[in-house]
Amino acid sequence: MRLAAFDEMLPEVSGLRRPYSAYDRWLKEQDPARLTEKMQDAERVFRKTGITFAVYGEQEASERLIPFDIVPRIISGNEWRRLTQGIEQRVQALNAFLDDIYHRQEILRAGRVPKELIAKNEAFLPEMIGVRPPAGVYTHIIGVDIVRISEDEFYVLEDNARTPSGVSYMLENRETMMQLFPELFQKIKVRPVENYPQLLRQSLAAVRPQSTKGTPTIAVLTPGSFNSAYFEHAFLADQMGVQLVEGQDLRVVDGHVAMRTTEGYKQIDVLYRRVDDSFLDPLTFRPDSALGIPGIMDVYRAGNITIANAPGTGIADDKAIYSYMPEIVEFYTGRKAILGNIPTWRCSEADSLKYVLEHIDELVIKEVHGSGGYGMLVGPAATKKECEDFSKKLAAKPSNYIAQPTLALSTCPILTDKGLAPRHVDLRPYVLVSDRIQIVPGGLTRVALKEGSLVVNSSQGGGTKDTWVLDD
Amino acid sequence: MLLGRTANGLYWMNRYIERAENMARLVDAGLRMALTRTQSASEEWNSVLLSAGSDVAFTQKYQDYTAANVADFLLRDTSNPSSTMAAIETARNNARMVRTALTRETWESINEAWMSLKRMLARPIDERDLPSVLDAIKRETALIRGSFYGTMLRNEIFDFSQLGTYVERADNTARILDVKYYVLLPSISWVGSTLDNYQWESILRSVSAHRSYRWVYDADYKPTNIADYLILNVRMPRSLTFCYRFLAEHLKFLGDDYGERHACHATADKTQAMLRAGSIKDIFDAGLHEFLANFIRDNTRLGDEIAQDYRFN
Repeated sequence: MRLAAFDEMLPEVSGLRRPYSAYDRWLKEQDPARLTEKMQDAERVFRKTGITFAVYGEQEASERLIPFDIVPRIISGNEWRRLTQGIEQRVQALNAFLDDIYHRQEILRAGRVPKELIAKNEAFLPEMIGVRPPAGVYTHIIGVDIVRISEDEFYVLEDNARTPSGVSYMLENRETMMQLFPELFQKIKVRPVENYPQLLRQSLAAVRPQSTKGTPTIAVLTPGSFNSAYFEHAFLADQMGVQLVEGQDLRVVDGHVAMRTTEGYKQIDVLYRRVDDSFLDPLTFRPDSALGIPGIMDVYRAGNITIANAPGTGIADDKAIYSYMPEIVEFYTGRKAILGNIPTWRCSEADSLKYVLEHIDELVIKEVHGSGGYGMLVGPAATKKECEDFSKKLAAKPSNYIAQPTLALSTCPILTDKGLAPRHVDLRPYVLVSDRIQIVPGGLTRVALKEGSLVVNSSQGGGTKDTWVLDD
Repeated sequence: MLLGRTANGLYWMNRYIERAENMARLVDAGLRMALTRTQSASEEWNSVLLSAGSDVAFTQKYQDYTAANVADFLLRDTSNPSSTMAAIETARNNARMVRTALTRETWESINEAWMSLKRMLARPIDERDLPSVLDAIKRETALIRGSFYGTMLRNEIFDFSQLGTYVERADNTARILDVKYYVLLPSISWVGSTLDNYQWESILRSVSAHRSYRWVYDADYKPTNIADYLILNVRMPRSLTFCYRFLAEHLKFLGDDYGERHACHATADKTQAMLRAGSIKDIFDAGLHEFLANFIRDNTRLGDEIAQDYRFN
């Protein structure tokens, strides 16, 4: 099944779109051979600087590059303003929801979100009940995945309120583009993204524990150099000028979390952790975790460290909660959601399950807790047998799944051997929350490199593009 | 202030870079010997393996001391943790771990060395290509060193890196001298005489000092002069005295920065004082082998103490 998708550069109906006009003029003047060369240059730059990611389950190529496409994805200033309003509202609601869920649970009492959805959810951490994080912020760094369907229709595909990754690619993509095509940035005014690490650092410093004296000590916690996102952890620590620590470097000393240094133990005030909740503290969560810090949750509850993002934020981006986001936004902000959700069938509900099973070959079905594009079924692209097998799994544990219509995600051209060719894209803007909300103009555009494919995840053959927000 | 783990990573990264290069230099010296020697070269290859500290592991795997076997074992074989390939891989893993402490140039030079050696050493080395492979290894490590010295701030990160370099280098030079001396010196009574023997060159060659030796001493290879050069010369960058001059200096920087002296400071100062006061005659009188064995032991202890005192063990 081929869907007629909206192309962001050259829609069939209306012709070249305005945000792309200056770029298109430039592109037409370029020698195709030179562009191909630039493409190879880009790969060399990435390989040399070691921007790689590990793919789980692939022994051979344990370090791979995320393919990079040199055609930028361009968003006009106006489009961006509309998007940011919607994102800000959503992020406010996410934090308000978390605060409520771990305190009074008014939204449950009001019956707007079913109680059992929270209580039975693994992402809900009872250990966080009654805990108010420093500065009252739960989710500090958020990636909101957005898809586009037409000129005016944007939807939120999912919220990433735990530890969203990919921001280093946003930064390196821009860096690479500026190296490859300096003249383009002279011609076209693109809003900068380079200051993200500084914003992140300021944002983390602003949510330090109240008891912190002087400049707070910030550190990035990584599972280690064999983690698939290790490059990003090192990159961010480096750019922020803070320590990159592992669990083995940390312990609780005198009621604070401290890192083992060449001069003894030194206190940490803010920990930007890139380790999952369940590995954070073997005394509180998984006892077999060697990645965490025994006792950090006690320090946290005592208000002596900021953990960003807070433990337990997963309850806000859980796929089962996702379908309630329009209600959640309205409940906490008092206004209708500016950015809509994709219509979603909750398979836990009998009527929905029936519909989903009957229309399985038209729908995208996802595991409630899955991520990275694993464990999902894209109905229109699946064989009959795959659909049947998935139906059985679905019927056996319906509450584990949600379903969405197969949307014609917008496309954006990529450069191929045969010239430009449209491919489906999504967008992940990065949002920082402290005493204010900041959104870096643009974000990470992920692109499905296979013709017709809708899966943009890097672990499944997706690539990335530089994302331009025009300063117009 | 550094994470103990970072100090550890820097220290070992540099030890392994040094080791990767030393292996190439040893094979180079062995190759030269094998080419110039009329009789069996196996004795020479055996002494190369002894200098590398890899003779036992080698004999478990191979029967014959041939150029192909030894080069394979010392350069390519990743089951030998000291082989150039294994060493550069360990160096790179450490560099990856401490990436945030390195300049972009330093990291890239290590990453590129790893990529290019991995490609070059993927298949057994054709004997005809061995000289160019050895050159390439030395070139890659020279590039790393160049980027490192050219771009790194002279702070504690630099100090811990240099400690790794010089502990490894001192160990390497002492071992080469210890092993080769016995292979090459027919009898202790020959010590003072001039030996018209090009094989002496191999000792110097394995520490890249065959040319500079002649700038300092007569053109003749005298065992006492060679030992003097490798042990006591203050200006020779691979001599024990040179290594300890820098070990003591970097430890002093750390001690001043942190305002604290540890056991490792005392050990390094003691060894340095001993080298400064020593004369080559005294060393020979007391026994060169004993001297070197003691040195190697103390040097290893220094490494352990550094790790303990700066919390990276």
